[in-house]
Amino acid sequence: MAQRVSLFVTCVVDQLFPKVGLAMADVLERLGYQVDFPEDQTCCGQPAFNTGYRDEARQVARHFLKVFRDCEYVIVPSGSCTSMIAHHFHHLFPADPQAMAAADALTPRVWEFSRFLLEVARVDDVGARFEDVVTYHDSCHALREFGIKDGPRRLLANVRGLELREMDAAEECCGFGGTFSVKLPEISGGMARTKIDSIVRTGARTVVSVDSSCLMQIQGALSRAALPVRTMHLAEVLASR
Amino acid sequence: MSAAFDEKVHNTLADANLQLAIYRATARLIDHRKHAVTADALPDYQELRTEANAIKRHTIDHLDHYLEQFEANVTAHGGKVVWCQDATEVADFVLGLAKERHARLIVKSKSMTTEEIDLNERLEHHHLESVETDLGEYILQLAHQRPYHIVAPALHLTRYDVGDLFARTLGVANETAVEKQTLIARSVLREKFLAADIGISGANFLVADSGAVLLVENEGNARLTTSAPRIHIAVAGIEKLIPRAQDLAVFLKLLGRSATGQALTVYTSFLSGPRRTGEIDGPEEFYVVLLDNGRTKLLADSAKRESLYCIRCGACLNHCPVYRKIGGHSFPWVYSGPIGAIITPQFLGVKHEPALPFASSLCGACAEVCPVKIDIPKILLDLRAEVKQDERRDGRGRMERLVFKLWAWVMCHPRIYEMAAMVAAGVAPAENGAWLRKAPALMDVAPVRAWLSQRDLPPAPPKSFRELWRKR
Repeated sequence: MAQRVSLFVTCVVDQLFPKVGLAMADVLERLGYQVDFPEDQTCCGQPAFNTGYRDEARQVARHFLKVFRDCEYVIVPSGSCTSMIAHHFHHLFPADPQAMAAADALTPRVWEFSRFLLEVARVDDVGARFEDVVTYHDSCHALREFGIKDGPRRLLANVRGLELREMDAAEECCGFGGTFSVKLPEISGGMARTKIDSIVRTGARTVVSVDSSCLMQIQGALSRAALPVRTMHLAEVLASR
Repeated sequence: MSAAFDEKVHNTLADANLQLAIYRATARLIDHRKHAVTADALPDYQELRTEANAIKRHTIDHLDHYLEQFEANVTAHGGKVVWCQDATEVADFVLGLAKERHARLIVKSKSMTTEEIDLNERLEHHHLESVETDLGEYILQLAHQRPYHIVAPALHLTRYDVGDLFARTLGVANETAVEKQTLIARSVLREKFLAADIGISGANFLVADSGAVLLVENEGNARLTTSAPRIHIAVAGIEKLIPRAQDLAVFLKLLGRSATGQALTVYTSFLSGPRRTGEIDGPEEFYVVLLDNGRTKLLADSAKRESLYCIRCGACLNHCPVYRKIGGHSFPWVYSGPIGAIITPQFLGVKHEPALPFASSLCGACAEVCPVKIDIPKILLDLRAEVKQDERRDGRGRMERLVFKLWAWVMCHPRIYEMAAMVAAGVAPAENGAWLRKAPALMDVAPVRAWLSQRDLPPAPPKSFRELWRKR
């Protein structure tokens, strides 16, 4: 029987970029997984946590732990949300051993999408075809909290018809940073413009990343500058044939 | 956010020349460090970081022991340790000593700790001349500015700025060649070194088992400051301790490389006490001022105590995309960049500039390059929670708090979450999939306006993922 995997699509993908979730499901199904979407899922709580509202983050984290309690694999199209669940949930419950134990039990079962493909499914070629010149943006939390760097590039390099061009500042933050983007918009916007300068220098037509929030920031800045470059989540590229 | 912080950020971002100066200088430092810590250049770089962190953790956890050991060894070498609670006590000690010894002129080498306590201003207030001898610091003293960066204090000034400044303040010809500018400063400072009664330095490390002050530098001015005048005073925060001289084998490998990409700085001075009988140079009197100035407050907080591990290499500033945008002077205290963002609220209280812990995208570049592995993003997150608690105590920030309470409640009720999302999507329909440049009327609220001030807004898709999933 096919292995079952559960999607946590994140609130950003659910509400703003549903195609990313569908693409992720397509890729996983093609690899023979039975894909499940626990309908009671909402958010991981990161917006509250990063803004300093620990009680509110705890509430949402408890809800998350309840929804995904029995899932064997939770696949997330975001390094940042994965890090919230796998790294920060533990620290949210210093006074609640039961919730902390639930968080710790879930941690090894939560996987950022590209890392799941490489380390659990053990594939670096999903049989995709995508005729385009692409550059890859390293999302900070995927890169620095999980060491996700070569994996997505390997997956992209094996896509037929795709040319991958490195940008000079691939590892530099796009400036999103959750509520930082609206609390200190000038700084955030300045960082986004530095990022898109680096993207444009590659001549790539498409920017790919493993986090839709970074891509929202980058696309927002590209669109504002009227630049003909689009953003796509890695899952969308891998689902193309 | 305070208006002052907001204005400094805005002005720095709006100054294209300044932006370029910051970006170029930090890019150069990033590049130098990168080459200095490659697997070829320093194969055990990561192990050294782990070791440095362990040594600092041990030292800070047993600071009382090492401080006393340090004092005993300094005293045994004929020096004297002076314990100071705050800036006033340091100034009182220096002023008192200067009066007793009839000293008129002080030369100083670069020290962030003395910047922290405004020592020059305090001494000048009492008519003691105190001259900075590090080239960057000398430039800033002439310009009446604070350091822009922990390691490269005049990073924001171009050689043209310096040429103008020297011409204006020293009455020399306007020279734009850096070599000529250095010679001008050198000729002024040589006289000061020879005439000075007291030399004041900082300390990069205080070595407990040797009672020694360790200084690293590239210009030789710190060595002159500490050896030419008849009195040397080193001013150091109590966190500068390391247990043993052999620990320097770890820290010296990391400090120069992290700061400027140098395997070692040009000068490394190991100073243990005054001139001894038969020695031909060195000061007659040797003092180490051990400064608290709030450090024991940090020490008491076990969750954020690691902030005291910092060796002031400046790597987190260079690699911080926020520092690279807003520069050093936007920060509300002498310490800028990520390390400034975590220690300023701890030294001065979260009210001093509540926006500071929030001025970060939490990208983690700082923690990645920190040679002593301070988890800066984690401390920023803790400080954010403290700011919100403080707001709640004072009854401020009610609106935002209410929004997050409501948000959390919605996120715990999936049906309501779905309905709320449908309403929001209905307000901002994606007509042709184009990104929005203006807020739809019902979404014209502050956060949306803030987003739109810089970027376009994604259109809401006709259906959410969960709706599409059900139809699949």
